[in-house]
Amino acid sequence: MKRALSALLLAAAGCAHAGAKPASQPSPAQAPVPAVPAPFPSTYRPFPSVPTLIRGATVMTAAGQIFPGGEVLMVDGKIAAVGQQVTAPAGVRVVDGTGKFVTPGIIDVHSHLGVYASPGVDANADGNEATSPVTANVWAEHSVWPQDPGFGRALANGGITSMEILPGSANLIGGRSVVLKNVPSRTVQGMKFPGAPYGLKMACGENPKRVYASRGPSTRMGNVAGYRTAWIEAAAYRRKWDDWDAAGRKPADMPTRDLGLETLAEVLRGNILVQNHCYRADEMAQMIDISHEFGYHIRSFHHGVEAYKVRDLLAREGIGASLWADWWGFKMEAMDETNANLAMVSQAGVRAIVHSDDPGGIQRLNQEAAKAMLAGRVAGIQISDNDALRWLTANPAWALGIEDKVGTLEVGKQADVVIWSGSPFSVYSRPEKVFIDGALLYDRNNPNLQPTSDFETGLLPAEATR
Amino acid sequence: MRKRSLAAALAALALAAAPAAAQGTLAIVGGKVQTMAGPAIENGTVIIRDGRIVAVGVGIAVPAGARTIDARGKVVTPGFFESSTQMGLVEVGAVDVTNDHAVSDSDHVSAAFNVRDGLNPASIVIPVTRIGGVTTAVSRPDGGLIAGQSVIVDLTGVNVDSMLVRSPVGMYATLGEGVHRAGGGARAGATQLLREVLDDARTYARDRAAFDRGQMRRLSASRLDLEALQPVLAGRLPLVVDVNRASDIRTALAIAKEYGLKLVISGGAEAWMVADELARANVPVIVKVLQDLPETFEQLGERYDNAALLRRAGVKVAITSNDTHNARNIKQEAGNAVANGLPYDEALRAVTLYPAQIWGVADRYGSLEVGKVANVVVWGGDPLELLTPVEHVVIHGREVPMVSRETQLRDRYLHLNDATRAYPQPAAAQPQQ
Repeated sequence: MKRALSALLLAAAGCAHAGAKPASQPSPAQAPVPAVPAPFPSTYRPFPSVPTLIRGATVMTAAGQIFPGGEVLMVDGKIAAVGQQVTAPAGVRVVDGTGKFVTPGIIDVHSHLGVYASPGVDANADGNEATSPVTANVWAEHSVWPQDPGFGRALANGGITSMEILPGSANLIGGRSVVLKNVPSRTVQGMKFPGAPYGLKMACGENPKRVYASRGPSTRMGNVAGYRTAWIEAAAYRRKWDDWDAAGRKPADMPTRDLGLETLAEVLRGNILVQNHCYRADEMAQMIDISHEFGYHIRSFHHGVEAYKVRDLLAREGIGASLWADWWGFKMEAMDETNANLAMVSQAGVRAIVHSDDPGGIQRLNQEAAKAMLAGRVAGIQISDNDALRWLTANPAWALGIEDKVGTLEVGKQADVVIWSGSPFSVYSRPEKVFIDGALLYDRNNPNLQPTSDFETGLLPAEATR
Repeated sequence: MRKRSLAAALAALALAAAPAAAQGTLAIVGGKVQTMAGPAIENGTVIIRDGRIVAVGVGIAVPAGARTIDARGKVVTPGFFESSTQMGLVEVGAVDVTNDHAVSDSDHVSAAFNVRDGLNPASIVIPVTRIGGVTTAVSRPDGGLIAGQSVIVDLTGVNVDSMLVRSPVGMYATLGEGVHRAGGGARAGATQLLREVLDDARTYARDRAAFDRGQMRRLSASRLDLEALQPVLAGRLPLVVDVNRASDIRTALAIAKEYGLKLVISGGAEAWMVADELARANVPVIVKVLQDLPETFEQLGERYDNAALLRRAGVKVAITSNDTHNARNIKQEAGNAVANGLPYDEALRAVTLYPAQIWGVADRYGSLEVGKVANVVVWGGDPLELLTPVEHVVIHGREVPMVSRETQLRDRYLHLNDATRAYPQPAAAQPQQ
């Protein structure tokens, strides 16, 4: 009985992947606006690296292979070779990985590091522009404080190499997100993941209607009216610019720019990915219908406590599910949790993702994945180690539109690599070394390779050094 | 109406799932038994009768007619003991009327508030927690300078009396950022208030008759609050202080010494910096392990190996999830303590024996020894590992069904089919085609 169901779901999954691009999904198009370079360009440059060979470790590629006693070669910041045995150039630095596990760097699709930085004082609360229910005009990167100590902890404790920083969920449309490489930097520009598309934060349900109760929206129907009104304006704005483009781009006729509508128009053009905070199954279905009405695609639902109830719908629409392993009960829309959620959506062919939304949770996404694997087993759903690893690497990379660059250990990809002291699904394992673009940026056994932020510098009395 | 029928359905389910021989003898046979009273017993047997453990050891004969749990290849431990939850007090966090853990008193002193009468034995959080291997929990108040009194409950029972292990078990206070405002905007203001209340409680106790006749100066707390503080002043009821900054922990130690109080530190993010002083004062610490971030100015020194460093200095440590809905994650906390230097056996004791000792119920709880309450968990392997399933949970000698609202929702949606979603009996609701 169970087996038959799995087969059915697997078949459905195949369909979902084959048809991952639903009819309503717009094809990416060059934005005709404005004739200036993209503002706030990334200044990220990989840290210096030396050709490095990891030997003798259990290598988990997240691309379907697990090599016991395998090898990974990193050259010029890229994965140069992966396998049971690889050919390495002479003079390569060799890292003995005996007894250890190697995975791609962990990627969190939902973080507020930098925008809700530690310490969590009012002066550091920069994540919600809660002054209007639609603030598509704001960009999270303009709130990111690169000295948030959370970045270093996420690297050292969690093996996090990339992450998406989102605005909060107070607003229906909260603004642009930004994808960062988890490297120490004086500026956010120095962390921006080169070539990563932007995301748009949208939020369903209780949060917006609570925050705007007095001025509206104060109901879920008010929320929906708010999204639709915004998209109507965005469609008109897009048309205006497209018309100007078609008419030969006469400078005198150039329409006036509107920061918010510019972002929304880019969503409609398929250049910005929608990241939609949404807990309840019925609301996800509403949001999908809105996306159909206006011709955009939702890249991933976030939190999705009830995603398991509509996993067939998510699979059909090719929408990712960014979930917690077991958070629940903190509000009405988080009541119907099951810790089998990740396993159930994964089995249905949905790209399942373990996300944090929390500066503590981001330090142990691997452990959260393990708990969700167990919950799946208890429910009779077998999740392979490779699939569970993809919840942490390949699937989040896809949700952020950087799956061609990171997320698996495959030749040519950026060498974002974690060496764990043991299985990443063991509570006793810790990251021992973390490489970003081939550069060793964390080493548990080398105090000189344990980043601390400016904020932490000189913070504790000398008697209490870490 | 609908709620009532659901409750009835759940009750029926619980009855149906209860083992027939529950009142008889239960034998857990062949497991690795972590008694907490000594080294682990390989291939051990635990015999349970009338809610108590009646035998533990190797080669013990299973009494005829006993219900047997085959624990070969598995690990048997005492049920985990959570030292800081709001079990039965918080149902849905954001729905105020389902929250019964705090009273807001204008004077910030709620010493007389005991959470007991607000406990909800039907809380949906209880089954979620116990099938995660937690059988006993401190359910505690919070808020204000003095928050009130906690109780210990076992996570089974149709009424509070049948769940209650001990009440009250601790008086709760806060020092540091949490009471900065209560102190008029300064730490020392809060400690001044606390001392005033303790002094007044002494004054009150010296002449209750004068107080009742109205012949006493105005005291800083209500009669009930002053009365409730008497066992604290007598050193019988521990004062549990939520406190994180090293200097604030020292303040708590000083106040406890001044008034002769029995102190327990809760939270203690920077307790490792005060470890020797805590050890000398014989003050235990309730630690949440998974904290490594300067999230506030009172936890700048927070680190994952807090528990390990405290233990090394000789401090008794109990580990907590400091969570209610996810109190089940206490095993993850303990596992992470091991990963950060706490010896394995100490981590197990920090979620079983040490909480029982700290809360004064080790005569009945905390280990698998003859005469103790039969709260026992059978794990599929290492209890602290994330991939280890909980296989059997025994509370008061009875196996509890491995069912919660969470597993029921899961099962309701395990097969996506419109007909199976809204009705308990799918056959009755087949769509007409």
